[in-house]
Amino acid sequence: MMRLAAEGLGGERGGETVFSGISFTLGEGEALTVTGPNGAGKSTLLRVICGLLPALEGKVQFFGGGEAFPDVASACHYLGHRNAMKAELGVEENLRFWQEFMGEAHLPPFEALEMVGLGDIGHLPFGYLSTGQRRRASIARLLVSYRPVWLLDEPTSGLDKASEAQFADLMGVHLEDGGMIVAATHLPLGLKGAQELRMGEAAG
Amino acid sequence: MLALFRRELQIGVRTGNGALTGVLFFLAVVAVIPFGVGPDLNLLARLGPAILWIGALLAGLLGLERLFQADREDGSLDLMLLADSRHMMALTVFVKCCAHWTVNVLPLVVVTPLLGLFMNVEPAGILAATATLAVGTPAITFIGAVGAALAVALPRGGLLVSVLVLPLTIPVLIFGVAAARGAVADPDPFLPPFLILAALMLFFAVIGPLAASLALRWGGD
Repeated sequence: MMRLAAEGLGGERGGETVFSGISFTLGEGEALTVTGPNGAGKSTLLRVICGLLPALEGKVQFFGGGEAFPDVASACHYLGHRNAMKAELGVEENLRFWQEFMGEAHLPPFEALEMVGLGDIGHLPFGYLSTGQRRRASIARLLVSYRPVWLLDEPTSGLDKASEAQFADLMGVHLEDGGMIVAATHLPLGLKGAQELRMGEAAG
Repeated sequence: MLALFRRELQIGVRTGNGALTGVLFFLAVVAVIPFGVGPDLNLLARLGPAILWIGALLAGLLGLERLFQADREDGSLDLMLLADSRHMMALTVFVKCCAHWTVNVLPLVVVTPLLGLFMNVEPAGILAATATLAVGTPAITFIGAVGAALAVALPRGGLLVSVLVLPLTIPVLIFGVAAARGAVADPDPFLPPFLILAALMLFFAVIGPLAASLALRWGGD
């Protein structure tokens, strides 16, 4: 049984504490949405969870990952504001690279692109895509390699209504498969039964 | 890791200007020296290896600041740091350095024989200069990676990288030129400085990526 647990987590930004004392536990198939005003530290929280930023206090642990996912960083997909795709390379080339680099191959790049509705433009350079299409291509990145935990930072920014619904389905499938999701968002993501963490009020 | 190397090569080749800028800069440095020094062929031949080395060193520093900056801007760097337990970050940096060297610095080594002719260096000297550059320039890239990693978050870090890196490359320059000159000037030996140069390169191949990966990890934001 896999489990992601955070205990008394605190984070800072530019030497100033933006949040502290955040605890949560996610089991298989559970999701957490992180809401709050701009500057409340949602993005910082996600980066602290996966270890890109050092935690000011507290700790995050991942249990039950076995050999494939020994620690939190190795168990996480991180979808930040930036898409982590090279404009010079084709969409499919980008995905194939990340699949080979990240390991734990899940879906072939072509199928992952089909899932986000970009099946017919996999050959185009990433730089030619519109904002929404870029976002969808980087969502496809979540599908080419398997990670139990998805950390999503404003995942639906730039997406139209249809793509939002499609993405909600993808998240639903991931949760059904025993995955976990932590999403920072302003908009409802269509995650049923998700725990909610409001930031910026207690600290306020 | 092979995938990373291939990706970096593809990007380098498709962007295409990195190699060309370096080669043109190298050419410019070497081409103006004879005008500055005057038409003394013997003097040129004696200075030749040193000029080639200085030109290649400066040209090799060009574009280094983009080594990690591009990956940071599009978010790839985050994912590489997250993959640390699968691919040690230092190894990722090492592969990136190798790809950078292949795309941007190897062309400099390739044009060295031609530029050696411009400088009236004799064939043995040209051969020696090319060989020392082939062995010595990777060290410059590995040292440069540390500077690039430190300056990764700075918007215009190019100059800073060069200033940080230049003092550290001096030993490489000294032994590179010593070996290149040793091949033509008779009493001076070729092999000892050449081997020291190779040792320096191997030393920095280990230290550089390690230091750079630490800088990237703790310089994150």
